[in-house]
Amino acid sequence: MNNKTAHELHTLLTERKLSATELTEAAFARIEKVEDKVKAFVTLTKDEALKQARAADEQFKSGKNITPLTGIPIAVKDNMCTRGTLTTCSSKILANYLPPYDATVVTKLKAAGAVIIGKTNLDEFAMGSSTENSAFHPTRNPWDVKTVPGGSSGGSAAAVAASETILATGSDTGGSIRQPASFCGVVGLKPTYGRVSRYGLVAFASSLDQIGPLTKDVTDAAIMMNLLAGHDPKDSTSVDLPVPDYRQALVGDVKNVRIGVIKELMGAGIEPEVKDAIKAAVNKLAELGAKITEVSLPSFEYAVATYYLIAPAEASSNLARYDGVKFGLRTKGDKDLITMYSNTRQEGFGPEVKRRIMLGTYALSAGYYDAYYLKALKVRTVIKRDFEKAFKDCDVLLSPTAPTVAFKLGAKTADPLAMYLSDIATIPVNLAGLPALSLPCGFAGNLPIGLQVIGQAFKEDALFRVSFAYEQNTEWHKKTAAL
Amino acid sequence: MKYETIIGLEIHAQLLTESKMFCSCSNKFGDKPNTNICPVCTGQPGVLPVTNRKAIELAIKTALALNCTIEPSSVFARKHYFYPDLPKNFQISQYELPLATKGYIEIEVDGKKRKIGITRVHLEEDAGKLVHVGAERIMGAEESLVDYNRTGTPLMEIVSEPDLRSPKEAAVYTQRLAELLRSLMVCDAKMEEGSLRCDANISIRPIGEAKFGTKTEVKNINSFKAIEKALISEEKRHLEVTEEGEKIIQETRFFDEQTETTTGMRSKEYAHDYRYFPEPDLVPIEPSTEWIEEIRQTIGELPQQKKERFITELKLSPETAQIMVADKQTGDFFEAVVKLHGQPVAAANWIVGDITAFLNEQKMSFNELALSPAQLAEILKMIDTGTLSNKLAKDVLFQVLKTGKQVKEVIEGAGLTQISDESELTKVIEEIIKNNPKQVEQFKSGKTAVLAFFVGQVMKATKGRANPQVLNALLKKALH
Repeated sequence: MNNKTAHELHTLLTERKLSATELTEAAFARIEKVEDKVKAFVTLTKDEALKQARAADEQFKSGKNITPLTGIPIAVKDNMCTRGTLTTCSSKILANYLPPYDATVVTKLKAAGAVIIGKTNLDEFAMGSSTENSAFHPTRNPWDVKTVPGGSSGGSAAAVAASETILATGSDTGGSIRQPASFCGVVGLKPTYGRVSRYGLVAFASSLDQIGPLTKDVTDAAIMMNLLAGHDPKDSTSVDLPVPDYRQALVGDVKNVRIGVIKELMGAGIEPEVKDAIKAAVNKLAELGAKITEVSLPSFEYAVATYYLIAPAEASSNLARYDGVKFGLRTKGDKDLITMYSNTRQEGFGPEVKRRIMLGTYALSAGYYDAYYLKALKVRTVIKRDFEKAFKDCDVLLSPTAPTVAFKLGAKTADPLAMYLSDIATIPVNLAGLPALSLPCGFAGNLPIGLQVIGQAFKEDALFRVSFAYEQNTEWHKKTAAL
Repeated sequence: MKYETIIGLEIHAQLLTESKMFCSCSNKFGDKPNTNICPVCTGQPGVLPVTNRKAIELAIKTALALNCTIEPSSVFARKHYFYPDLPKNFQISQYELPLATKGYIEIEVDGKKRKIGITRVHLEEDAGKLVHVGAERIMGAEESLVDYNRTGTPLMEIVSEPDLRSPKEAAVYTQRLAELLRSLMVCDAKMEEGSLRCDANISIRPIGEAKFGTKTEVKNINSFKAIEKALISEEKRHLEVTEEGEKIIQETRFFDEQTETTTGMRSKEYAHDYRYFPEPDLVPIEPSTEWIEEIRQTIGELPQQKKERFITELKLSPETAQIMVADKQTGDFFEAVVKLHGQPVAAANWIVGDITAFLNEQKMSFNELALSPAQLAEILKMIDTGTLSNKLAKDVLFQVLKTGKQVKEVIEGAGLTQISDESELTKVIEEIIKNNPKQVEQFKSGKTAVLAFFVGQVMKATKGRANPQVLNALLKKALH
């Protein structure tokens, strides 16, 4: 039953053919069996989960307050605050941090009766593309444990792919939901910036971060978005627009949908097998009645450079609060304030986090601000305009989610630039604040390939429509990793 | 060579909002440490700020009263520095795009009226409070404790143009601004309590020179009186240094109220790079024209307009009128009494005199007053009708101020009404004349000044309750 989707399990639960307690116990049994190989979790919350499962069973018994997520096991990325449960960001500096509050998405999940089974591993503070930057341990790709699951939401993607959980939450700043979804052969959606509340998501780069679902299929992603989307008075950047029922978009038809294939992401730097899989997916969609064109977004070549100024600049500011004064790590025996600050941060942060704090601090410094940060903001606007232009003739855009399939552990850790380039297709989307979904579209050997579908702001329904039609007419999502 | 002094002030005013700038914690002063705190104002991981609409309203109100332009779109920015009283290690402030710009306020010094330019009005959050054990500052302290109650409380910064030309002008400017803030109910403007803070930039230049000299920033000015003192001292230092042929170094200097001098910080300690950038967690402030107009309607009469009216229409002296407009409560109280009693000068004299004296003695402010305008009007009417002498009225007033009792209750309880009954007073006078034959002789021999002795004796015997006019007439009759 761990292989089933949330919507399939929901039917079993409402028909009382399965109890939430059995389902939760099954999840932990699966975790027991495979977690040693996958290492997807930082913290497991079995006792609390079973309590939530029993409460869900009571609801099924009474028939009251049942939602599509009632009793469904879900894993939460460990950069979303859970009251009284460790929230570490996979960082030494927050290894002991017990939040005094729940993130808005966690509040929503709890209210919907979902069963939170644990907190998943990530690249420290969500900075990375392989989950190797976790201060605790790397997570492995369930399709091949010698390869990475992608990142930074590698723990969440791997947990879904390994059927340790049914659903998971991720956060995406430059591709951190979509790239691991691609590597692990699951569905991952980064919603429009402002669609889902960021309150309680430990900030990496505030103008880019978004929370979204990681699921086994498109329907589950739509179900999760029905819950997660919406305005939150606690997040001024969340937008007050009505939330449609995303399941209405799951019609299985793409007739006359205008699809643009991004030229710049089908050329050099994209592995041939990935390219072939995307071409095949495009052909499939054409077969189903979509109108295909090629579009060019010339500013894309500047996206990674732009991102690596804006994201570190914001990160350097957001991470200033980890200073040993109020919470988290404080080194012992320091004689004065400055020593306490520097020793705490020296010991508490890993190398990639330090690299980005230094980059960002530099980019914001007097005398460099105009040349770096301000310039990056201008390029960001140009990238946005390129997208707007492309969307004049297209309803959605297509590209590979990542230029490669999952790479071997350690293959890129010594070369940050090579690592950064694995987000080449996802980063422009964050810079433009648009929604994008990654879904499985083939394999290179045993490793999954992801198709990225990009939409206009607040038009997640278009992504669901195209993705669902593709999924219904292919078998990729039915394959499971053999662990 | 003759020099002129150039001063510009940065005033920080704590706003009188119910809650903090970016969270719903109480903005109350003086509560137990770390009780008005939440995840947002203690900078927990993952929290987000939400702007307090009331704070924006109060800042717009002030900016309009200062004749500023309200910017159609203003932006919050993060100002970075590491310090334990700043939980996020950045302060949310405004930088390149402030809430309001280009205003002015009129001041009058030595009979000369001048317009002082306001560069900008912006909003920001305050830091917490540190208490150090074993040393004055964090460096060298055995331990330091932090109270986050003040963290995130709303501050409004008002920056003046370098238009002030003397320490006295700077002091008057601050007074005018403080009384404006109080009358708008935006800030209680108590410098001693820190609800109004002032940093001063000062420089000198030869008269006729267009270019500014090197400025210094004077901090730690903690009272209205200290503004003038601090700037006189710093002005003197600038002149001395310049005349000795030395150069003024641009730096921050601390004013010491004891020695009345300023001392420099090592400039290295203040070589900050704040790395400002737009706060990505907040959207720009874009007040609608309708909202701005709505706020404009709430401003009402400004203190200096009110002062003019008190002088011309109510015939108060300029000095008394100034005191009546020092804060909104005083002015409102005064006008309420005038409405009930009709004699502005009398009402003002009581307010400026005995009531102010009482408040100063009790270290209370006007809004803590137990006396209502109706009660003061009642007392004033009793003086008019002769029911109370001035002296009795004072006693009654103090009783009301101290106990909060009704006027009638006080008078009846102490038997304080005036004695105007001739037969009752005649009895007392006869007794006194009988007991003081020597003084009677003196009076009869032409020493009329002795009359005062008899008045005193009667007053003593009646505990001051004798109606003076009746008493005088009766005494003269009895002694002749």
